[in-house]
Amino acid sequence: MGAAPASRDVTSYGLGLAAPLALFFLAFFVAPLLQLLWLSLHNDTAGLHWGLGQYLHFLTDPFSLGVLGSTLLLGAEVTAVCLVLGFPIAWLYQRVAPKLQTIIILIVLLPLLTSVVVRTFAWIVILGRQGIINATLQSLGIIDTPLKLLYTQFGVVIALAQVQMPLMTLPLITALGRIDPNLDDASCSLGAGSWRTFFRVVLPLSLPGVIAGCTLTYAAAITAFITQSLVGGGQMLFMPMYLYQQASTLQNWPFAAAISIIFLLAVLAVVSVFTTLGRLSRGYGGA
Amino acid sequence: MMSGRKRTLEAFSFELVMTLVAIIALIIIIAPSLVVLIVSFTSGFSLRFPPPGYSMRWYVELWNAWQLHFAAKNSLIVALWATGLSVVLGVAAALAISRSRTLSARLLDSLFMSPLVLPALAFGLAALMLFSLVGLPVSPLTLVIGHTVVCVPYVVRNTVAALAQLEPTLLESSAVLGASRLYTFYRIVLPLIRPGIIAGAFIAFMSSFDNVPVSLFLRDAATDMLPIRMWQDLEGKLDVTIAALSGVLIIATVALVAVMERVTGLSRRLTS
Repeated sequence: MGAAPASRDVTSYGLGLAAPLALFFLAFFVAPLLQLLWLSLHNDTAGLHWGLGQYLHFLTDPFSLGVLGSTLLLGAEVTAVCLVLGFPIAWLYQRVAPKLQTIIILIVLLPLLTSVVVRTFAWIVILGRQGIINATLQSLGIIDTPLKLLYTQFGVVIALAQVQMPLMTLPLITALGRIDPNLDDASCSLGAGSWRTFFRVVLPLSLPGVIAGCTLTYAAAITAFITQSLVGGGQMLFMPMYLYQQASTLQNWPFAAAISIIFLLAVLAVVSVFTTLGRLSRGYGGA
Repeated sequence: MMSGRKRTLEAFSFELVMTLVAIIALIIIIAPSLVVLIVSFTSGFSLRFPPPGYSMRWYVELWNAWQLHFAAKNSLIVALWATGLSVVLGVAAALAISRSRTLSARLLDSLFMSPLVLPALAFGLAALMLFSLVGLPVSPLTLVIGHTVVCVPYVVRNTVAALAQLEPTLLESSAVLGASRLYTFYRIVLPLIRPGIIAGAFIAFMSSFDNVPVSLFLRDAATDMLPIRMWQDLEGKLDVTIAALSGVLIIATVALVAVMERVTGLSRRLTS
């Protein structure tokens, strides 16, 4: 990158500066993924016989399909909970004083940076038989025997929603901040009520943020291995743990590779659907 | 807030519902950390809430838990190396792609960001397969490589965002005044984007320190990592020492975030 000719644009740098990272990614990110794909296309562990056996096994096995289905469903449930809880936070953020805004951001940010194991552990304490919820309900006399909250779908969804909430809330705060506040007033002065204004003006205009938040939350929720396994326990199996069991405990690498590829494709499909929606919504928001 | 608008019942109901849900959501976000902090000071042997009494015994226990110390040291060393490597590779790449509108720059951008959405566990398995294929045994080195792949996107993203805020006229003026590109970089560009780089490095460090899926596949038996140690302890028995360790990690995170907020304006950076 020696002395650049004077005629060159001084405000930009050559693409060559990206070469080290590009090479690093080629060697340690792209190559491993290609190797994963290669192995998944073999019927034996040694990788000698080509074939679609691993994929056929997965796609004809009701158990495997069930794991995939429950993982995708889990992501949808977590994303919905995050959206319903996260949107009011972003809304509140826009109408409080700057000092409170910083506090809200820091509250939202903290879980993002706190260790996932710690956050999940907290939910074990809250949802356990002697946990805070059961203790409160019992002392109020509402229930006699502790409710089973840990190791249930409800427990996994609520714990994952808390763990992933920042990923939903931060893009929403950004998106709501970009909406011209005059539009809100205009809608109200034209006679629309607050609810109507919210659903007809604010929500549609914030769609890019909603979609960005949903993409991040969904991708994070279905891959959140630690929270899924600790709060879900042994009875509930989702794709990441299924993959890990096949690879690590059973040493069935080709099948684990096929699970990985199917899982990767599922995540990519969801992300690209959201991205397409995002592109459409930007056109909508700008119109 | 409501000046010039009639405070109707309808508007009131809207504000009430939104504010209530927002407050409940904020409580749900913050409560788990508070619960762990309180439980970590229990005098009992279980994770009962509220605790039967308070003491520092589990923190004393933690002080003597050499296995956890060993794991924490490993996690710290790997996180420092991965962060350093991420900053060197990531900042250079960010400079290259930030102001370029070419197709190759945008493709590179997508490539560098993709570890953020792809399942890290699948990447961990893939990396392990490749390393075993080329005969590179798992070691702290393979851990650093794997962590760098999943942490570098944070550095690239934050540096690109900082560069986007940079006034191009500053660079032009510097060039007109006869400064070389290298001189302009060190005296103008770097000081202005430094907070962005630090914010990205901070997030990269935290995510490496907390990483489980990549470490699970790429560590050797001798290299115990803190989050994995904690996870395995939690799967087996609900040890209150883990609550004390969680307390330490929560306090450390709050302190680091407070420092980062001062140094880099972290909260503004993540919402613009």
